[in-house]
Amino acid sequence: MSVPLIEVNHLHKDFHLGRGRTLKAVRDVGFSIRKGETLGLVGESGCGKSTVGRTLLRLYEPTAGEFLFEGQNVYSLSRAEMKAMRRDMQMIFQDPYASLNPRLTIGDSIGEALDVHQLVRSQKERKARIGELLELVRLRADYANRYPHEFSGGQRQRIGIARALAVNPKFIICDEPISALDVSIQAQVINLLKDLQRKMGLTYLFIAHDLSVVKYISDRVAVMYLGKLVELADSETLYRDPLHPYTRALLSSVPIPDPDVEAHKDKVIIKGDLPSAINPPSGCPFRTRCPLAQQICAEEMPPLAEHRPGHFAACHFAGADPA
Amino acid sequence: MASNTRDSLQAHSSSLEWRDDIFRPDDFEDIDVYRSPGPDLQRESISAWRDAWLRLKSNRMAMFWLTILLIIVIMSIVGPLLTPYDYYTNDLMNTNKPPSAEHWFGTDDLGRDMFERVWMGATISLRVGLFAALIDLFIGVIYGGIMGYFGGRVDEIMNRAAEILYSIPHILIIILLVVIMTPSLFTIVLALGLTGWVNMAWIVRGQIMQLKNMDYVMASRSLGASSARIIFRHLIPNTLGPILVTLMLTVPSAIFAEAFLSFLGLGVQSPAASWGTMISDARSAMTVFPWRLFFPAAFISLTMLAFNLFGDGLRDAFDPKMRK
Amino acid sequence: MSEVLAYKPVLEVRDLRVSFHVREGEVQAVRGVDFHVNPGEVLGIVGESGCGKSVTAQTLMRLIPSPPSRIKSGSVRFLGEEVLLKSEKEMQQLRGSKMGMIFQDPMTSLNPTMTVGRQITENLKKHLKMSSAAAQKRAVEMLKLVGIPGAETRIHQYPHEFSGGMRQRVMIAIALSCDPALLIADEPTTALDVTIQAQILEVLNDLRGRLNTSIILITHNLGIVAGICDRVVVMYGGQVAETGTVKEIFNHPKHPYTEGLLKSLPRLDTSKDEPLIPIHGAPPDLVNPPTGCAFTPRCPYAMKICQRLDPGLIDCGGTQAARCWLNHPKVQEAKA
Repeated sequence: MSVPLIEVNHLHKDFHLGRGRTLKAVRDVGFSIRKGETLGLVGESGCGKSTVGRTLLRLYEPTAGEFLFEGQNVYSLSRAEMKAMRRDMQMIFQDPYASLNPRLTIGDSIGEALDVHQLVRSQKERKARIGELLELVRLRADYANRYPHEFSGGQRQRIGIARALAVNPKFIICDEPISALDVSIQAQVINLLKDLQRKMGLTYLFIAHDLSVVKYISDRVAVMYLGKLVELADSETLYRDPLHPYTRALLSSVPIPDPDVEAHKDKVIIKGDLPSAINPPSGCPFRTRCPLAQQICAEEMPPLAEHRPGHFAACHFAGADPA
Repeated sequence: MASNTRDSLQAHSSSLEWRDDIFRPDDFEDIDVYRSPGPDLQRESISAWRDAWLRLKSNRMAMFWLTILLIIVIMSIVGPLLTPYDYYTNDLMNTNKPPSAEHWFGTDDLGRDMFERVWMGATISLRVGLFAALIDLFIGVIYGGIMGYFGGRVDEIMNRAAEILYSIPHILIIILLVVIMTPSLFTIVLALGLTGWVNMAWIVRGQIMQLKNMDYVMASRSLGASSARIIFRHLIPNTLGPILVTLMLTVPSAIFAEAFLSFLGLGVQSPAASWGTMISDARSAMTVFPWRLFFPAAFISLTMLAFNLFGDGLRDAFDPKMRK
Repeated sequence: MSEVLAYKPVLEVRDLRVSFHVREGEVQAVRGVDFHVNPGEVLGIVGESGCGKSVTAQTLMRLIPSPPSRIKSGSVRFLGEEVLLKSEKEMQQLRGSKMGMIFQDPMTSLNPTMTVGRQITENLKKHLKMSSAAAQKRAVEMLKLVGIPGAETRIHQYPHEFSGGMRQRVMIAIALSCDPALLIADEPTTALDVTIQAQILEVLNDLRGRLNTSIILITHNLGIVAGICDRVVVMYGGQVAETGTVKEIFNHPKHPYTEGLLKSLPRLDTSKDEPLIPIHGAPPDLVNPPTGCAFTPRCPYAMKICQRLDPGLIDCGGTQAARCWLNHPKVQEAKA
């Protein structure tokens, strides 16, 4: 197996909310992604998946842990080194309406990357490069001097992708890139992301709450619950043979657009609500809703162990059927 | 109910009623509809600024009050040139004259031409407004911007300082200043400037705090953009709308404050005239020579109304909720 | 109950047209919509944002603000009475009693200053003239029915003490407390996480068997429709693109838009190698809706006639009807 492009070890991120309260958004998360691979990161709102993405890019500073990019620890880089490193990793954001500055033409939004890193020598070259990037995301080069409000959600999301590509990154964090888009537009963006990956050898961390999309686009999928990784496996395996009871519940909760499948589906509906991340349960975070929970689950946090080759799960009773 | 045949045909749940003669021979040929890389955008490209201007332009109320404002500004410069008089020369033969062909707005108790004095007052009022706006812009925007952008400790300390300043009554500060210095336009502007910017600072702070977490600012940061770049390219341009609106509402309140102080005798001193001093002077003879009160009072009301209503129009024009 | 069953269908919408007036002109949000709801059935209305599904729902309840909107024409008959001719006072009587509703964001539809129990009992006292004791008993029953544990104590709590999923359950309890003939649910699970969504859908699924309420479920999620609805109305560009039973629509879509939606989404059981076939382009501009069929600019089967004439809903056998020329006998003849 080749050396991973990125490796994250024991990542923690706390947010201090004042009055001594701490939100432990990410707790001891670790994974690696090979070059050209897509790792999906799924979980429900508040599970810390977006915080992981933002902490990797140092939009938030990590509380603890390391992030190796091609063997180099990103968190120990100086300001100048970090700026250079940013050419290698970029982000695509969720809300296409908030991710573009309404006062700038889309050409200037895309061109910002070129200006910040001085990637072009003349206005002519800048214009040509912006046009090239727009065509890469299947928009017209002459859209460059138009403003964001003239575009639809799907088009704006492509513009955001073009901006991320402007620095020729190796690694892109896709933070819920399609969840704000209309159903008929989602496939356009998914296909575009897949094409770009093939053409440019990109590596993705694909963050989303929609399991069907994540499963489709990812090679491997990591499931998060309340700041922790609970399961990590090849996407096909995770779908066919989930080991963690939370993953099972998540999979069975996704409605499938086929009445025959829906009619015969065994539904695992978990009770209760997501506990607060400020005061998470002791031991396993999922035990308060888990059909398999025993005494040990409250006492001991199960480690993320490799139950089968490449298939990790953090559960004392991984793979067990609920009685 | 249907206005034409096509509509009535469409209203049917089944269209088997379509008569065969509606079909043309080539009707069932396939067409290629979506091979272009993107549709032409029909409307011309407009920036958010132009969009706001277009919205403002279509707001007749706002445009009306903008015109009134412009007339007042122009008249404060041109007005005094239209009569042979000046605002300070006494003419004791012609005191308290009602409006006439010679003295369009009449004269005051020293025979000074009211038309001249009203526009003199306009100059002073507008100058006070302008200074207040400039102080808002320089102290308020920068102070608020720093609080909002850096947040945390910096914000806490600066915010506390602003709150303390804000909680001291303006009148108290002004009266203290006037006691130390002499009552003049400069004293008033200084007094207003010391406290007036706090509101602006808070508005800018709130805006920046909200904007700095926007995805496009995050995107810029993830590209490695400097703080200066983020502030000047992303934060300030997107705050200009609310800043402009706040300025439009600062000006009338400064004008009113000046008039009020002058009315109390703490403002500009004779022979210079502001609308406040003129109202104060006219007060004693209000029932006998009402025009001496009417003109300055009418103009101060008109000016404040114009700024407020134009400011409203401006806010509507910038309101992002209205934009699709 | 017999009163409800006397009307078949419970709700009948004919040629409904609703427009909004904005600076750019008139947005024709709903352009001639027809559908009906039978007693006891769950009707799904699906479509993307801007297709007119929410405007339609709000018009049924007469909750749509006017101006800027205007109901231009059409008829909405609910239990045999014309809704569009009712006064606001009559509508208030109707809403919350015979017509229940739940919205996407339960927080904005619950009163934060009143206990949950009081919000249910007020409704019962107002519409059913129940005594306080009876209403209280019924409120506890309703909360139990929607699966809220510890209902006896929870009726004394305020909305902020409930989580998003629990609030939505409360909304359902309120909406169903007066045993309405029709429940209109506008994106009831969109703001919720999938595991909570599954809980809410379970509640609705469970209730439909026990109560005699018809449900209109408005959603953009085809999976939810497949799981819970009996019939579907697919909306596109302010019109009904296709309608039929769930099986008809999902197994044999007769409109290219429906087909496109089903093919363009990855399903949990699609393999990674199967390509997604996206729908090109973007939904139509409803200020200047296209002549002919609204889907033509995005349609892989577009023909010349599609640009010229709107086919109207064409019967496709069974209960299925689709607004597409491909289903016209003349076209099928020519294509064969």
